[in-house]
Amino acid sequence: MKAHKTIAAGNIRHKPWVKASHWIVTLGFLLLVFSGIEILMVHPRLYWGEVGNELTPALVEFPISRNYQRSDWEMEVPFYETKNSPVSAGRNHDDLMFNQNGWGRSLHFLAAWCLVVSGFSYLLLGVFSGHFRYHIWPKLKELAPHRLWQDLKDHFKMKIAPPTGGPNYGILQKLAYFAIIFIALPLAVITGFAMSPAITAGYPILLKIFGGFQSARTIHFFTSLALEIFLMIHILMIVMSGFKQQIRFMTIGKPK
Amino acid sequence: MKKSRLITRRQAITTGVAALGALIVPSCSQPMPPTYGNILRMGDALTYRAHRALLPGQSLAKEYRLNDISSFPATGTINPADSSKAYFSAAYDKLERTDFNDWELSVAGNVARPMKFTLGHLKQFAARTQITRHTCEEGWTAIAQWTGLPLGTLLEHVGILPSARFVNFYSYDGWEDSIDIFDAFHPQTILAYGMNGKNLPIPHGAPLRLRVEKQIGYKSMKYLQRIVVSETYLDAGDTGWAWYVGI
Repeated sequence: MKAHKTIAAGNIRHKPWVKASHWIVTLGFLLLVFSGIEILMVHPRLYWGEVGNELTPALVEFPISRNYQRSDWEMEVPFYETKNSPVSAGRNHDDLMFNQNGWGRSLHFLAAWCLVVSGFSYLLLGVFSGHFRYHIWPKLKELAPHRLWQDLKDHFKMKIAPPTGGPNYGILQKLAYFAIIFIALPLAVITGFAMSPAITAGYPILLKIFGGFQSARTIHFFTSLALEIFLMIHILMIVMSGFKQQIRFMTIGKPK
Repeated sequence: MKKSRLITRRQAITTGVAALGALIVPSCSQPMPPTYGNILRMGDALTYRAHRALLPGQSLAKEYRLNDISSFPATGTINPADSSKAYFSAAYDKLERTDFNDWELSVAGNVARPMKFTLGHLKQFAARTQITRHTCEEGWTAIAQWTGLPLGTLLEHVGILPSARFVNFYSYDGWEDSIDIFDAFHPQTILAYGMNGKNLPIPHGAPLRLRVEKQIGYKSMKYLQRIVVSETYLDAGDTGWAWYVGI
């Protein structure tokens, strides 16, 4: 234990498994974003609850494909004779819809396998190697308001520390990685599970937690948006800190 | 330093490989749908194996209350009797004119007694009514009440043979697809002739459609014509769409 702490204080390098999982998760994430946008383009509407379709009102609609506000429908036929009865309507010219979900969804799931397998291994290794305890989990004294405030001011002034070559992170950096590793990425995966008919049949609690399929889909979208914003800030910080050195440390591990 | 490590890299890799192996090996004796050497289909095949190996047996999809029933778009084929469409079926057109009185469902293949069933005959079997969520691959959902007979009931009636592994479906709009025996005998996998308390409307697949509640909507085929029980996967070629979409 003591030995580990002394090393942690010095200039330690990224572990090979950290580097490997970093790049596998990166590749998986980029493919997920790409295919995720394609999937959203097919039905660019978000809803809340269990149900949402073109015959029900949307929470938000995105003008990102020709399916946006498409209105080529046959006449609505009510299911019941009552007032406000739910209706059915046939969609005209289905062939004119934008739909590339055949490869889109298969790619999404192939990339998801990449991310889930490497992410899960990373979590296990992170717990058992002490990586999370020593490098990610914020220490109490680091959370002191004046230290947080100082780090925040430095970031706004674009005073970004040069690369240390390893996981000697600042407090905001720790908090950001903490949020990504333990909140955002798991939430993206679990809301993904909540959209699976087979998995929710086995674990209906998934639908309960998020308040329904469409709520899970909406949360899935906003979680991915948060992850994309993180990625952009992450890249900006790498550039400010010294892009070439940082990439060397995250790949071959040697400074130039 | 070395001693304080609880898991070595080698152990971690060995465990990971063993875990993946455990997913693949038990299903090797079962026929798998072809992947056509397509890496995307291989990902879907891995999902299929993982679901079959890891998910609890025949658990039921969530069922809803009457007032959860929602508006329901009809997409894809909405009327096979429409002569202006590529999916037009003269046979279906003829059946529709007599209100499906002459319609018959043929059940054949690896069964002891191949048979044809009229709608009246199918309605004599004990029915199941379920209010479930249709999850379209496009991203939308809708809730409806479906009435029909469990596919398992029909398969038992015709005497399914032990060699059967897949149930292949052929519909009037030219669509062909299959499900495995596991999904075929799921209690909520029904052949539905009723929707929201009425006869199944034409845009939703009259006179008979499949409901596979543990997969995405396109597996719930409309306008059923015949069923063939088989030991092999119905090979329609790589359609570009994943075969297993429990997702």
